[in-house]
Parts: sequence; C-alpha cells; structure tokens
Amino acid sequence: MTRRDLLRMIGIAGGGALMYQAMTNLGFAAESPYRRPPPLQGTGRGNVLVLGAGLAGLVAAYELGKAGYTVQVLEYNARPGGRNWTLRGGDVYTELGGHQQVCRFDEGQYFNPGPWRIPYHHHGVLDYCRRFGVPLEPFVQVNHNAYIHGKDAFGGKPQRLREVQADFHGGVAELLAKAAGKGRLDDLVSREDREILLEAMRDFGGLDRKYRYAAGRESSEHRGYAKDAGGGPDGKPAFSAPVGLSDMLNGRLWKALGMSELYEYQTTLMQPVGGMDAIGKAFVREIGGNVIRYNAKVTGIAQDGHGVTVTYEDTTTPGAPRQAKADWCVCTIPLSILSQIPIQVSAAKAAAISAVPYMASSKIGLQFKRRFWEEDEAIYGGITSTDLPIGMISYPSHGIGTKKGVLLGSYTFFTEAYEFTSLDPASRIRKAVEYGARIHPQYTAAFENGMAVAWHRSPFTLGCFGWWTDALREKHYADICSMDGRIVLAGEHASYLPAWQEGAILSSLSAIDALHQRARAGGHA
Amino acid sequence: MKTIILAIALLATPGLALAQKTDADFIDAKEAPHATGQQIFTHICQGCHMADAKGAVGAGHYPALAGNPKLASAAYPVVMVMNGRGAMPAFGPLLSDAQVADVVNYVRSHFGNAYTDTLKPDDVKPFRPPAAPTDEDN
Repeated sequence: MTRRDLLRMIGIAGGGALMYQAMTNLGFAAESPYRRPPPLQGTGRGNVLVLGAGLAGLVAAYELGKAGYTVQVLEYNARPGGRNWTLRGGDVYTELGGHQQVCRFDEGQYFNPGPWRIPYHHHGVLDYCRRFGVPLEPFVQVNHNAYIHGKDAFGGKPQRLREVQADFHGGVAELLAKAAGKGRLDDLVSREDREILLEAMRDFGGLDRKYRYAAGRESSEHRGYAKDAGGGPDGKPAFSAPVGLSDMLNGRLWKALGMSELYEYQTTLMQPVGGMDAIGKAFVREIGGNVIRYNAKVTGIAQDGHGVTVTYEDTTTPGAPRQAKADWCVCTIPLSILSQIPIQVSAAKAAAISAVPYMASSKIGLQFKRRFWEEDEAIYGGITSTDLPIGMISYPSHGIGTKKGVLLGSYTFFTEAYEFTSLDPASRIRKAVEYGARIHPQYTAAFENGMAVAWHRSPFTLGCFGWWTDALREKHYADICSMDGRIVLAGEHASYLPAWQEGAILSSLSAIDALHQRARAGGHA
Repeated sequence: MKTIILAIALLATPGLALAQKTDADFIDAKEAPHATGQQIFTHICQGCHMADAKGAVGAGHYPALAGNPKLASAAYPVVMVMNGRGAMPAFGPLLSDAQVADVVNYVRSHFGNAYTDTLKPDDVKPFRPPAAPTDEDN
C-alpha cells in the first residue's frame, strides 16, 4: 500500500483530523534541530530583497539586517505575517472568488485561521518569542472531558475522551491479562515478566483484583464516576459502567485517541497571548516598519552575475510594473504561486518549484454568546474529534470563565477541506453550526457569528502548505533548498516540518546562512 | 447538567434520523464512489476554479475552465485531473476512471464549453499513472 493509498483511505474513512494524524505518523514529524544560531559571522555588505513577509521572510529580514545587509521586503498582503495571522472584530477578508467577510467578533475575541499552537520542541519559534517578549500561554491540546464523536457510534451520542480511553485501555489490558493468566503468553514472556505484566496491566487498564475491567473503584478512577464524590450524607460516589471491548473496538472511536500521543501534539503546547499574529508583529517592530513594502505583487524574478531584479506591481495601482534591484534575493513565496511567476533559475530548480501540490485545509471560527462548553459541560480548552465533515471542535484555551468565546468550529484537511472550500463562506459557517449542534445542541441558541478561511481560496497562498511525499522529496527537495546564483528559497515548503511555523523559521535560517556564505565569498559559490 | 443530558437524549432520535439523511454539501464516504461528474465539480473543482469555472486571480491565479481553449483536447484535462500539475494535487488516487471521465465530460459540456466528444472510462484508463512504489520502509 502506498502512502497516498493510505492517506486516501484514512481521509475518506476517518475525517480530516485523522488524515493529518496519519500524515504525521508517516514520517513528517521530526524534532526541530534548532539551536539558537550564532549571529551571521562577519559583516554583510550589499543589499537583499526578501519576497514575502511571512515568518520565513521576517526571519531573513531581521537576521540579515542585523548582520549589516540593507534589506527590503516585498509583501503581497497589506499586513505582515502571511499565514501567521489572527482575525478580530472589524477585520475584512476577501477570498479568491470575491466573497468578502467582515469579522464581527466582540472586542478581545479572536481566531487564528493559520497556525494556532506551538509544540514545546519548536525551539525556533519559542526562541524568537522569548527574544522579542511575545507572551505565551498554555494551549490545551488534550482534554479528557472533551468528546470523541462518531456519527454511527453509540447512536451518534458524543463520548467523553476519558471514557473512550479508559474503556479502550481497560479492555485491552483485561484481554492481555486473561491471555497471560491462561498461559497463552508463556512462550513470549518469562514467568517473572508475566507477573510484572499482570501488575502493569492492572495499573494501566484500571482492572480489579481479579484482572477484570468492570464497574468498580479501579475502573471509575480511570473513566470517571456515574456520580462524583461529594460531601454530606449523599457524598458517596457511584461507579460508572464501562463499555465492553467489542463495542469499543467496533465504535472506532479509539482512532481519535492517537493524535495527542504523537510527538507534535504532546503537552506542553503554547499559544501567544491575544493571537498568533503577535509573533509577526514583534518581528516588524524589531525590523522597523519602513523595510516592508506592502501590496506588492511579484510578477517576475530575474538575475545575472551582478544582481537580482524583481518586477512587481502595487496592487492598489495595478498595471504599472515596478522594479526592485538587489545583490541577493530570499524568496519565500509559496510554491503554489512561485510556480506561476517567471523566475530565472536552473531547470532543475524550476522543475522542483512546479512539482509540489498544495494541501487543502479549512478552518472556521465561531463566536458564541456564552461558553456553554464550560458552563454546561465542564470542557475547558482542548479538542473534540468527530467524523462529521467539520473534523473537530476546539475550545479556546484562553478567557476561561469569561462570558463569550470564539471556538474553532471546524478544522479539515483533504476531502472535507475540498468540500468546505467549494462552499461560499456563509454556507461554510452555516454548515459548521449545523454539524456542531449535533455535538452541542446549545449551538443553535448561542451562536452569534463566524469567520471561515479555506486556504485554497486565500489570495496570498493558493493552498495551505506544500504537500510533499517521500518520492517528491527524493526527486526535488535538494533543488528547492539549494542556492541558485543570487536567489535562495525559504518557507515551510523548504523544510521537513510542513505547515509548521518552525519549518519556515528553520528553512529561513538555513537559507540566509547559505546566502551570507556566498556573499562573503565575493558572490561565488 | 441535567437539562443538558435531557437535551442530548432528546436530540438522539432526530440526530439519528439526520445521520441517515444525505447532505447535499458533503458526499458521505459510502457515496463517494458513486459521485457524478457534476458532484465532483461542485464539491472539489469549484473550490479553486470557482462555481462559474472562471478561475480567480490573487498573488497567483487559478485558470478558468470556462471557455478555455485547452479543453479542446480531452486528454489535457484528463491529465490535469489524474496527475495534477504545479500546486494542483493529483485527483487520480481519489477518483475512479469513470469519475475522471465524468468530471471532464461535465466541464467540457458546461460553462460555455460545448464539446460533443464524450469520454468513457476506458478512454481515461491509459492516463492513470502506475501505482507508486510502496514506501512502507520509511
């Protein structure tokens, strides 16, 4: 079975969140090798054009500027950050196709349509946050009291993650203990190990003294009680009834347990206080506002032995090509767009630029007039997974206990993302509310407004992120990353951390290192 | 909390009924193999090429399929759909030969396109790339 077959199968059968989990399972996830780099050694001379003011471009502009280069950044949007982006009340977003959304969130409410969480091992992102004083707070990834929902499992009634996990572990532990008890593992484990294994299974699965996973103190300590312990005469807790292993296996809800066990989603994850765009804004503050030219649409990139010439137009006065010249160029334009721009590079690099498809993804932020998930259901942050088209619901990790909240009402990849993208924004929001109400009936009365971002409709990316496969990497990755004359590419697409901000940062640090070395060598390889 | 339990319980029955009802906006996994050319266009293609098939322009562009002279040869859109190109993903792995033929037929006979030659699944089959080598070692 090929990776694509597998992704297809999972994408169709399991929903987008599982699709993404599978992608990370298949070798995309890797620890960032970031160590804070020493400053570029020696003084840089000359000037550099940076194309794109996303995190890759901002890192390049900041570091090269510090090293002594004169830097100019051309950015298509009227704001910095690229996919490092936060929507707040009053923001206006017009997607490809012309649908315009005006964000009607209350003051203090926000939604990150792009990156929204930072794993603890994304040292590059965290280091810049530390250096620039961007305050971080915990991002709740796993919430044992959030739900796992299957439209055909348990009559469509959402199950608490806690219960699914306990019953899955308990059932498996009981099975293993039974097999060990009947001597069926005797050729696999020693007698001593068998005793330890039995003890471990009791611990792991919440089994009783007879190694049964049954209603009782041990199982309720894992899956929760039917009636919680209280005070006074009625304080005695009541044990809950586990779901049997066969029902648990057939319900398939265990599929959703794996995601948070993956390295990329293990605690602790973090988010910038007040919105992810705090990072992009901090870079701009450090770099200085005059370095970036906004509303600049790049239409051509040429180079010769002496320098780079970039043709662009100001999108507010289209039809009048302008030129910017520099000694060097760091190009962070997504390959989805760069593949459409004439660029003077080797045939191999041009082929690589045109070889990478872009993954579809879609996100929807919904504002509710009350935090019913906290008030009614004791869900504080975290994620509910579902095999409905919305993929997941994520509750805000911030503002707990306040009145209103914006939650992530849908996050999809691949097939569901294609379908959400194909709807107009108002329909996407309507659908997110309709499907979400099957998990939280309170949606209907509490919904106020929403924002929907489907990344293939984003005018500045035409997709979510570079969808590399191992075969594609083998053929083209080196050509994406190599310095070509006076031009070097950077961005998440030039990293092994697709879609992650860490990939953009590490790629940019690598790119400017190559550029600086070549510049110091007098422009020769 | 009691009211919520009640609310969920009340929802359970209509919720089940809802689950049986098909949603025109989303193709159920079980129905996906039967999706028609028109459905594939409105659920996948129009995400980028737009509902009127006129494409769109931003920092880059999505080509129009409406009135696109490249559609004169049916092989061209078949190759695009099957293998993708540039940022466009390959849809061959997601669609059957019949579906690729159907969606190409649909696009070539709508949006002002009026080509009369119709593809059959067997016409499309030769364009399907050989299965990629397995990468289970990775």
